[in-house]
Amino acid sequence: MTTSTPAVRAPAIRSFGGRVSVRVHRRGAIVCALLALAALAAALAGLALGDYPLSVGEVVDALMGRGDGSADFIVNELRLPRVVCALAVGAGLGVAGAIFQSLTRNPLGSPDIIGFTYGSAAGAVVMIIVAGAQQSAVSAGALGAGLATAAVVYLLSFRGGGVQGYRLVLVGIGISMMLLALINYLLTRGRIEEAQEAAVWIAGSLDGRGWEQATPLAIALAVLLPVAFVLSPRLSLLELGDDAASALGVSVERSRLTLTLVAVAITAVATATAGPIAFVALAAPQVARRLTRTPGPGLLGAAVMGALLLQGSDLASQRLFAPDQLPVGIMTGAIGGMYLAWLLASEWRGRRA
Amino acid sequence: MSTDRLHAEGLRLAYDGRVVVDELSVSIPDGGFTIIVGPNACGKSTLLRGLSRMLKPRAGTVYLDGAAISSQPSKQVARRLGLLPQSPVAPDAITVGDLVARGRYPHQGLLRQWSAEDERAVGEALAATGTADLADRAVDELSGGQRQRVWLAMALAQETPILLLDEPTTFLDIAHQIEVLDLCAELRERRGHTLVAVLHDLNHACRYATHLIAMRDGRIAAQGPPAEIVDAALVEDVFGLRCQVIDDPQTGTPLIVPAARNGTPRRA
Amino acid sequence: MAASPPTTPVPRLRAAAPSRALGLALALAVLVLLMGASVAIGTRSIDLSTVIDALLHGGDGEEAVIVRDLRVPRTLLGLAVGVALGLAGALMQALTRNPLADPGLLGVNAGAAAAVVFAIGVLGVSSLTGYVWFAFAGAAVASVVVYAIGAAGHSGASPVRLALAGTAVTAALTALTQALTLLDRDTFDQWRTWSVGTLSGRDADTLAQVAPFLVVGLLLALALGRALNAIALGDETGRALGARIGRTRLLGALSITLLCGGATAAIGPIFFVGLTVPHVARAIVGADQRWVLAYSMLLAPILLLAADIIGRVVARPGELQVGIVTALLGAPVFIAIVRRRRIAHL
Repeated sequence: MTTSTPAVRAPAIRSFGGRVSVRVHRRGAIVCALLALAALAAALAGLALGDYPLSVGEVVDALMGRGDGSADFIVNELRLPRVVCALAVGAGLGVAGAIFQSLTRNPLGSPDIIGFTYGSAAGAVVMIIVAGAQQSAVSAGALGAGLATAAVVYLLSFRGGGVQGYRLVLVGIGISMMLLALINYLLTRGRIEEAQEAAVWIAGSLDGRGWEQATPLAIALAVLLPVAFVLSPRLSLLELGDDAASALGVSVERSRLTLTLVAVAITAVATATAGPIAFVALAAPQVARRLTRTPGPGLLGAAVMGALLLQGSDLASQRLFAPDQLPVGIMTGAIGGMYLAWLLASEWRGRRA
Repeated sequence: MSTDRLHAEGLRLAYDGRVVVDELSVSIPDGGFTIIVGPNACGKSTLLRGLSRMLKPRAGTVYLDGAAISSQPSKQVARRLGLLPQSPVAPDAITVGDLVARGRYPHQGLLRQWSAEDERAVGEALAATGTADLADRAVDELSGGQRQRVWLAMALAQETPILLLDEPTTFLDIAHQIEVLDLCAELRERRGHTLVAVLHDLNHACRYATHLIAMRDGRIAAQGPPAEIVDAALVEDVFGLRCQVIDDPQTGTPLIVPAARNGTPRRA
Repeated sequence: MAASPPTTPVPRLRAAAPSRALGLALALAVLVLLMGASVAIGTRSIDLSTVIDALLHGGDGEEAVIVRDLRVPRTLLGLAVGVALGLAGALMQALTRNPLADPGLLGVNAGAAAAVVFAIGVLGVSSLTGYVWFAFAGAAVASVVVYAIGAAGHSGASPVRLALAGTAVTAALTALTQALTLLDRDTFDQWRTWSVGTLSGRDADTLAQVAPFLVVGLLLALALGRALNAIALGDETGRALGARIGRTRLLGALSITLLCGGATAAIGPIFFVGLTVPHVARAIVGADQRWVLAYSMLLAPILLLAADIIGRVVARPGELQVGIVTALLGAPVFIAIVRRRRIAHL
């Protein structure tokens, strides 16, 4: 056995006489910073580009309250809330996805698994086609249906005093597929205009989102995201298996329940705002993990990646087919899907056997 | 009631309605190396899981430092009682250094994420298990034996005065098995730790245990220092194995020599 | 001479095979009954004697025409598609060692949908028979891409990789489909009718178009039965038992593409069958892949035909498409099974 004590490569920032210390992974921190910058750049572009293009200077002025009337209105009332929604929903979905993937120990884990996505989509479709409702009612219906679905899934997989992971996932998939078929069926029943409106909502869209949506969203996430970050160490211990986590002092059932609730709450808020933009929750954590190469659930990386992915996609969806606008969910699906495919292929091709 | 730090009274442990251990009381001697042996499915792992609070008893209580273990916050217990579980799961692509570092969780908090203490403890744990040069390797690339030593390092990094080990010598070759057991003995002698291990090798158990617990069918058949309790009758009773017990030429502890197949010993 | 130890009698192995074969025969009987019902029941009930008469002696009466030109092809199509989906599902779950695997994971449904929408929106195809080729081509291309990504590099296409690759490709294709349908109203209208799997409006031509693919896929699937048992034990153990892992995976993926692609091309996406039927089969028969395949082959068309019959009966004079009925029927059954038993982890 060697007798020297090697330096474990885990740089930390310490202060207050060693009583406060924060762990920093160098590569992870750099990548996160770069992703955050990219997200901000995309946000700025979102504020500047559009039917009435503005220069960066004009945008900054408007943000500070110094701009002229029309620029001020365009930036602060039209574009800014949409950008805020995109960044917030993206970050939230990234974190929720990372939590689910870590809890289910499955890279395909996402809030869709618990039936939430399809539940809220079905709720929205019913509201639009059957009830002919308008935007806030649709959001409310979607939210209610999503939560109800998640609750049903949880209850159905509860057996013998606990929820076994596999059972939860299977029940979630079962309910999701049933709802998907229901949705497709309802789409054939409505008038074409309603059906198309429903289809747009299902695809996930940020169109027409103003401060009435952005403000509650921002407040909710300002509470939920920090809670998720505080719970992150427990999440990384749960990855070691229930026994090892228990042995290290984590109350396994309680932590899992809390984390699930946080992830569902974040997804609920995000879905109520923008509809089910599912692929962000699945792809953002995967891509972020591969770029930052930190072990563990990587909530921060997922958040920044999600924000970048959604804002970038929203930008593309508005500009690429101008003057037609496509729902942003289509862009995230396309971009997220293709990027993940390319990332997987190049990683696997490069790996030694 | 016993004055040992870790003891249990009237334990009933069961899985899904199947009772494995019933009405069992046991006390783990402080500062000793207690080893639990017994045939397959005798309940030794179950007992260990019960003692470590992994398995909630249907009846009876486990006491740690005088109070029921279930009444104490888990993180606090984790600072005093550590467990090396039987089949731990390594998350994807985690490095050895990171995995061992996770063992420091009970001593960390929101603001104390990585103190100098943590770094020292991890470094020492890696050195003690001989895995220091593997620190940057991914755990899932290692061999079974290397991985087992990494998990042991994680348990050591936890720096608990009481350490429970569920079959710590699985997958290890004989040299490493002895190394691990020697390490446990050293922890006990130098630092006064209390160790409890489940082993399936009876000879190793006799050699290293200061207190041996032989179980069969969910009950304790015998317990005490190996030299006092291990004889051919006990081995036959507990394991159903006919044998001869001699003194180990190196340590003087009981050495079990299984009876030859035909009853007549071979001659050279 | 030392006395030899008493020999313990070799215990007789529980004879499992006969009861399984019995179950299979029972399933077959149920299937035949359902097929008969499918021909007889509908918007207009036709009694059995007329059916048999029409089949054996021809005739031009209105009922005879309905039987021959509508009901029989529809029933046969339901049978073919059911068998295909059941097999594809069982194969998919065995290959990926993942009970969450649905044939759609290989991107088949998404590829078919994208190709159909492309055909409608960009190329202006509007006939059902026209769709079929595109749907099949789309399904095939999608699964090839997924497999190519999953199998990149030396390690080969492991279960996790196929699933991840499939998810990525499915997402991209779904996005394409949504884009094309939301940009043009007519395309949307035609797509939404196709996107609920239905047996109505399909005739013998459709069946004839996809039959060759289904047959090849079927033969391939059945031939892989034993190799799948070996794979279920893990790649290394399987190889040690002499199974050719890479080749089995490739042929399996090929079979899934043919079966699922053909089924989707013929009647549109059907969601539940490929996922749930293998679970039911495994719950009945355990983990022997050959039996699982056999049971899936029979249970799936039972589900499909029953759903179709119910759809015709419940919503008279219209009908409820088989895609939605299967889902509404399949989900509760699936959940009940998941709740009751220890999930057979392949």
